[in-house]
Parts: sequence; C-alpha cells; structure tokens
Amino acid sequence: MGSKIQTQGLDLHYGKFRALLDVNLSIQPRMITAIIGPSGCGKSTLLRCFNRMNDLVKGVRVAGRVLLDGVDILGPATSLSLLRRRVGMVFQRPNPFPLSVFDNVSYGLRVHGETHRSRLVPVVESSLQATGLWEELKDRLDTSALDLSPEQQQRLCISRVVAVQPEVLLMDEPCSALDPIATGRIEDLMRALADQYTIVIVTHNMQQAARVAAETAFMLLGELVEFGPTLGVFENPKDQRTEDYVSGRYG
Amino acid sequence: MKRDRLIGAILLVVALSAISGLALITVFIFREGVPIILRVGAGQFFLSTDWEPSLGHFGILSMIGGSLAVTVGAAVIGVVFSLGLAIVLTQFAPPALAAALKPAIELLAGIPSVVYGFVGVVTLVPLIRHSLGGPGLSVLAASIVLGIMILPTITSIAIDALQAVPRSYVEGSIALGATRWQTVTMVLLRAARSGIVAAVILGMGRAIGETMAVIMVAGNALALPHSLLDPVRTLTSNIALEMGYASGDHRQALFATGVTLFVIITLLNTAALAVSRRRAGRRRVG
Repeated sequence: MGSKIQTQGLDLHYGKFRALLDVNLSIQPRMITAIIGPSGCGKSTLLRCFNRMNDLVKGVRVAGRVLLDGVDILGPATSLSLLRRRVGMVFQRPNPFPLSVFDNVSYGLRVHGETHRSRLVPVVESSLQATGLWEELKDRLDTSALDLSPEQQQRLCISRVVAVQPEVLLMDEPCSALDPIATGRIEDLMRALADQYTIVIVTHNMQQAARVAAETAFMLLGELVEFGPTLGVFENPKDQRTEDYVSGRYG
Repeated sequence: MKRDRLIGAILLVVALSAISGLALITVFIFREGVPIILRVGAGQFFLSTDWEPSLGHFGILSMIGGSLAVTVGAAVIGVVFSLGLAIVLTQFAPPALAAALKPAIELLAGIPSVVYGFVGVVTLVPLIRHSLGGPGLSVLAASIVLGIMILPTITSIAIDALQAVPRSYVEGSIALGATRWQTVTMVLLRAARSGIVAAVILGMGRAIGETMAVIMVAGNALALPHSLLDPVRTLTSNIALEMGYASGDHRQALFATGVTLFVIITLLNTAALAVSRRRAGRRRVG
C-alpha cells in the first residue's frame, strides 16, 4: 500500500527563519506515526503543513511538496475546506467552542452544509461513542462544553473531528494539558482509532511515542534526523543525535 | 510609611468628595422630582400624554415614547454598522488598515454633539423631507444621527469583546474546514455575545441621554410617534427646552422627568454590567 502522506523536499520559512529543512517523510495509512524532538525543532510546524494551518500565519513560505494520497496539497487549486475535512486536527489544549456538547460535535457537519437535525443526531451519537463519551454525556448534550473536565473536553474535540469522517487525524501534543490517568485513557483511544484513521501525533514525551506509535520520526532544528519503526528509533538509533536525544542527553 | 499614609488619606478624601458629589446630585434630583409625581399620581404622570404645564397637566408618556423610539432606532442603526465595523477590523482588514481606522472611529466620539445635530439639520432633515415626506425633523433623523453618535462606543467595546475570544476557537473552527465567515458567525459572535450585548446596552444608554443633537433634528412635537417620519420630543429635550422658563410645579415636573431618565439609564447600565460580569464568570476553561 502507498503512503498516506508524503513530503518531498519540504522547506518552510517564517520570514527569514528556516523552520523546516528539506523534510522527506512517508506516513503509512491506518497506524500511528509519532513526531518527536525538543521544543522548537519544527515538529508542530511540520504537522501543520499536513492540513495547511500554517496558512493562517503571516509571512510563511513553503517550498517542496506535500502529497496526500499522491496528490500535492500545497498548490492553489487545493480546496482548504475539503482538505481540512479529510485531515482533522486535535490541539494541545482542549479547545471546545463555547457551545453545547451537541453543537460542538455537529459543528463540522454544519460547516459543510448539513443542517437537518435529524441527520446530525446519529452522527453526534456515533462520534461520541467513538471516543467513549456517549454514556457519560448522552443526557447532557445541551450543557455547555466548557463545563466538562479537561479530559472530557479533549475527547469531545476528538469526537468533533471524527464526526466529519476524516482520513487523517493530526494530534498536536494532545495530552500535554491532561493528568497521567487521562493521558493513558486518551492513548488507549488513539490505539483504538488507529484501526480506522491514519494518526500523526506530535509529542515531546518520548515514552508516549514509544507506547503508541508504530513509526517515529525524530526532528532537530527543522531537520528530519531519523525516521523508522519506533522500536528501532529508540533501541537502535542510526544517528548519534537521535541516540543522544532518546537517551536523555539533551531536550 | 508616614508619607504613604498621608497620601492615602488625601486620595481617600478626593475619592469620597467625588462620590458624595454624585450622591448629593442624586438626592437633590429625587427630592425635587419625586413629590410632584406623587401629587399628580404615578399613573397620571407616566401614562398620560397630556403635557400642558400652564394648566397643571403633567403627563410625560409622549416623551417616554419619543425617547424609546429614537433610542431603539439608534440602537438598530448603531448595531448594524458597529458590528460590521468590529468584525471587519478584527477579522478581515489588514492590520495596518485596522490600526488606522480604529483611532479614526474613536475620533468620532470627540466631535461635539451640537455639530452632529447641525450636520443632521442641514443635510439629513431636508433629504428625508424631500425623499420620504413629512417634516423631515423626525424619529428617523434622530435615530440616524444618534446611531452615528453611539457608533464609536459600540464599535470599540465590540472590538474588545471579539479580540478577547481565544485564538484557539478560531483555529479549531478553521481546522474543521470552516471558512473565515463561518467562523465569525458560528463561533466568534457566540463567544463574544455577552460583550456585544453589553456594548449595545451601553450605546443605548448614551443615546437615551443625548440632548443637543436630538433637539435639533427630532422636531420636538408633543405626541406619541406613529411612524418613523413623525417628529418627537424626548425626555432630555423636554428638560432642556423648558427649563429656561419653568417655575413651581412645572420646574418640579421637569425634575421628575430627570428622575425618570436617571432610573432608565441606571437600569440600562446595571444590565450592561450584569451581562459582562456573567461573561467573566463563564471563562473558566483551562
């Protein structure tokens, strides 16, 4: 099977600062790929290339190619709305909208033109079920999402993305605002979702990458230093810099 | 230490004298105004349109109606333009344009109200008279002039409310495939709603208290308006127009008009405060 996402010679500049440097990476479908590296290494920037969230930042220039199912998404012909429907994103801090649980989960569908409540209801239910929230929240669909616990909020944000049936789930340090128990449960959820979705997770937590990811990419100063099966990257790194990082010599 | 305490005491005296000045004014207005309301009868005073001070008839319903009409009209016009401006300046305009326009809008607040009234009389009133009929001096003219006058108030508070919406909401919405405009209508306005409501209420408070411009363009007729083109007299205009020659009961009735205004504006401000407090209490995510 071909790769789901592939980058070819990807360069990215913020003004004069070069944040990504000739990144070549292939992400396989229906499994979890982790991107690790110290703060400022460009891992979040790389993740945000996959759904073109960097477009929101002023002064960003991108060169090279990002292929989704073999089609370059960096060109002007790409429908950003469609791209972001196919490639969903979960953020570092849970960011539910100040709306009801129901309106949060149905948001993506409503954005894409589905307004009939009768067609939203089953999707909201299945999306909440997919993240294990349905039993807790089925009687509270009208309460504000801001009244949920942080873990519930993050699950809700995942439900919100799942509701538009994306192909790829991008997760930008999805557990960094959660306690260890909630983190463990979100990791379980990620493993369960990997059957259906291609998941790319950015994390500064190496143990997390080791726990969930089939493949791991290590980045340093905007460069992709090493990429391969997680076990190999952690136990038998080919690059000295990777070894220094995973053994805790810096980062 | 000793000096600190001295300065503290001086500042306390200054603060207290400002507050007691306010309190004295309030007491004075109510002492002058309330007895006549009781003597005429609250029902008669507030619900009669018969204002004939020389005959001892004091009913201010026409003025209450006039004030409400121009205030609601101003709010409608003010909200449409202010919200549009606030949305464009915070979401769509290039930062340089926004940085240039915002002070320009705030400058509008510095123009004396008599100038607004004058421009209204010279341009707006004839325009309405010729194109829509009626005397021109009307609810419509007053609403437009007041709407422009409260624009800076509503716009700048609405801008603050929109800017206070966490960026993560915008990112979350865009990441789900929403357009900028969908993000504005479906998330931003909802998130900033209480701030915007507070802005509108404060704007209405300003509109209902405005006097000079309204006297010049509203026509000041003593009757409940039946259409946007009818001339009206507001509570504020009534006081300003008649205080020069009022005495005795008449003078007291004008103070009673002031009491009515005072209560309405206090209620509006309290509502605005309550709405924006609720917003503050709501923000506990994190």
